[in-house]
Amino acid sequence: MDRQALRERLLRIVGPDGIIDDPDELLVYEYDASDEVFAGHHRPDITVLPRTAEQVQEIVNLANEFGIPVTPRGAGTGLAGAALAVRGGILLVMTRMNRVLEINERDGYAIVEPGVINLELSQLTQPRGYFFAPDPASQRACTIGGNVANNSGGPHCLKYGVTSNHILGLEVVLPSGERIWTGGPAPESPGVDLTGVLVGSEGTLGIVTKVMVRLTRLPEAVNVLLAAFPDLESASQATSAIIAAGILPAALEMMDQLTIKAVEAAFHAGYPEDAGAVLLIELDGLAEIVAESAERVAELCRQCGATEVRVARTPRERELLWLGRKSAFGAMGRLSPNYYLVDTTVPRTKLPPTMRTVEELSREYRLRIANVFHAGDGNLHPLILFDRLVPGEIERVLRCTTDILQYCVDVGGTLSGEHGIGFEKRDYMTLIFTTDDLCAMAGLKRSFDPRELFNPDKVFPSGFSCGEVNALRQQALAQRLGIEFV
Amino acid sequence: MAVAEVRPVLHGFRGQEIPDFDVIRSCVHCGFCLPVCPTYRVTGRERSSPRGRIWLMKSIAEGRLDLFDPLFEEEMTLCLDCRACEAVCPSGVRYGEILEASRAQLVQHRPQTVKERFLRFLGFQVLLGDLRRFRAANRLLRLYQRSGLRALARRSGLLRLLGMEHADRLMPEINDRFVVADGSFYPATGERRGRVALFVGCVMGTSYAHVHEATIRVLTRNGFDVALIDGQGCCGALHVHSGDPESGRRLARRNIDALDSPYIDAVIVNAAGCSAVLKEYPHLLRDDHDYAERARAFSAKVRDVIEFLVERGLSAQPGPLPMTVTYQEPCHLAHAQRITRQPRALLEAIPELRLVEMAESALCCGSAGIYNLLRPEMASTLLERKLDNALATGAEAIVSANPGCMLQLQAGLRARGERVPVLHLIEVLDRAYAAAPATRPAEALAAD
Repeated sequence: MDRQALRERLLRIVGPDGIIDDPDELLVYEYDASDEVFAGHHRPDITVLPRTAEQVQEIVNLANEFGIPVTPRGAGTGLAGAALAVRGGILLVMTRMNRVLEINERDGYAIVEPGVINLELSQLTQPRGYFFAPDPASQRACTIGGNVANNSGGPHCLKYGVTSNHILGLEVVLPSGERIWTGGPAPESPGVDLTGVLVGSEGTLGIVTKVMVRLTRLPEAVNVLLAAFPDLESASQATSAIIAAGILPAALEMMDQLTIKAVEAAFHAGYPEDAGAVLLIELDGLAEIVAESAERVAELCRQCGATEVRVARTPRERELLWLGRKSAFGAMGRLSPNYYLVDTTVPRTKLPPTMRTVEELSREYRLRIANVFHAGDGNLHPLILFDRLVPGEIERVLRCTTDILQYCVDVGGTLSGEHGIGFEKRDYMTLIFTTDDLCAMAGLKRSFDPRELFNPDKVFPSGFSCGEVNALRQQALAQRLGIEFV
Repeated sequence: MAVAEVRPVLHGFRGQEIPDFDVIRSCVHCGFCLPVCPTYRVTGRERSSPRGRIWLMKSIAEGRLDLFDPLFEEEMTLCLDCRACEAVCPSGVRYGEILEASRAQLVQHRPQTVKERFLRFLGFQVLLGDLRRFRAANRLLRLYQRSGLRALARRSGLLRLLGMEHADRLMPEINDRFVVADGSFYPATGERRGRVALFVGCVMGTSYAHVHEATIRVLTRNGFDVALIDGQGCCGALHVHSGDPESGRRLARRNIDALDSPYIDAVIVNAAGCSAVLKEYPHLLRDDHDYAERARAFSAKVRDVIEFLVERGLSAQPGPLPMTVTYQEPCHLAHAQRITRQPRALLEAIPELRLVEMAESALCCGSAGIYNLLRPEMASTLLERKLDNALATGAEAIVSANPGCMLQLQAGLRARGERVPVLHLIEVLDRAYAAAPATRPAEALAAD
């Protein structure tokens, strides 16, 4: 490839301020928030920072012309290596496209560019009585574009649903270079649901340049309770009891002792450090109902063995409790230089035995595991702590991860709750999907991106990229039909 | 497509002040620091973010980047050391510490120009090494300002010729009287609650001598004896922040020797930059056999005046001050010391005063010690942003608590032709006391 020619052409599109090609400066684009041991270091050939959708389109056309890969990236807060340029090429950093283009509270939507920070959108719409419901823990830093790519979750998704429930439409640049709009403000749009296909596709099918998001009305009242339990088991039971009582909290989060210690050290959020586990429960809605549910929840917690139930009295107390929860991953740096996030989901009723299994595996592999998770959704986040400089630890982390995932899949769970598959979890896809399942996905990818230029080597396990998919599909078909293709 | 050729790595961290690798790798690159970093917000480039800078340090430590790579020096000096990243970091990365060590590495190993060496000697050793010389220089500056020499220099274009225009604009008005640490003692009025030493410092004792006077009045009125213990000197913050910890240590020892007295309850500081570094003396002197323990005891007594007044509670009720103000957070108060609640509590204790919060009040104003002299472009971008946010509140005064911020804001307002004054929070409180009847029962603000 002619680097110089590519550089010249990109310069004409975005100007000197929009490209970074000094190899030393590119060092800072070789990581995201995932652990480097598992995701590795991947330096792009060139980083490009576009400001408009037209520029994105031109860059994609150029990538086609030169036949080089394009990897989109938001704030780089992803935990699965999805924003890493693993095959080099262009890293397309979308953070400068950060304008809020329209807020239409009457029709309940906003149109934003992908680089807008999640929390800043909610801060902007809050005075008008609305918010953007998906609230990943990284919401202070992560971008809406990244949320769309990963179909991100967050504590409040228990009641409000994940990102895909809040995306009404998208403007996307396709690998072919076409720029299209999918969806729209109407509740239902005819034809194939392309918005649904694109949300969660991790930048493998298209690059989002505008997002039409649903705005949700702020609840009349909010109440946050903190319940302390002697162990994870009793906290899990309380979770089931609350849901079984027909109460749907806005959020229902659990943290174990290790996590409590880390976040207390970070922010003095006010969690009881001697508790074996805590539940953070947020109730919202009409004031009367919230007050009534809060009493009921407190009672259920005590019945399940809660040693203490506290109610956040002021918005400041509420904010602090949430700050602690939302900083939990980052706070792992206080416990250990490296951590590996396992992002798995099990049916809620399977939480107690799953927690027991995680504890057993922690002992068996001699690895500390911190647990912080969306209990209400059954979305676990065992954080395996390790030090990459200690010989043999990485190996044990990998084996432990596989065992946890295998167990979760066996009890009817799945591989990823909300953080995506990206680069470093893709080989686990075969745990839950059959060859046919993967072939169907790869076929879709192929129809969008036959040259495999958009975020290559992501989501699909190695060996299942669309190049190989036809052969596999034919093989399977041949077996089933008992015929031979020549 | 192959990655372009990477420059060979010849120089790593070595010698004194090596950035602690355990601190570097406590960063799990979660990215929470990005949105609060002023230089990242302005440039949008990862290299200008705390996460990017830590990665560059790590790359040097791992032998993947050369210490003398121009990119590294550029970033280490573009950083304001405002430490907003530390306040939001879940992992508790001590960023300021490794940044300052990285700067010390550059100062130590990189050849310095004659001009640089001269300016360092003049500023750090001659002027700040002994505050008598600092005051003498201030007297000369006052003469320059008042005698018509300044007007002449400006008119004649001499300043432009010398490249000193920018520095001249930032220069504060020098007070006609100085506050000097000369052993004077101001007894408490009313019921006595304790005895404190005032940290006098450099520019606070000259250009902002009136703030010191206000501080003494507010403290004595609240029942504290105030002593201006002699022998104290410059706090050393500028030295430590710009990669000269050795000079910082020398100054730290002198301050500990002077102020470490069993007869005082607290060392009170009204400059956030100074109070922050005084609290960091234990780190600075960690390897000093004779001073490490004393530094810990000393720092435990250091309080920013705002923190102290809220901690002990106001015993005298301030009078009404009907005005609208906005508060600009000094980075080394809000981020380095995490003091954000207390300034607001003090302002709210003043009857009839209205506090209107500005947007981005915790984003650095661009002053950052001598940063505005070294990196005028970034400094003025941040200053303009700060002024836009502050003026949008419609406040009649901008309140802050650090001389660097105040100088910067005042210079910016002058350049815009704005008449909005910049006041130290203690000045505001002092004015409120002036409006209060002489003896009034205590209530107002309860202690923590």
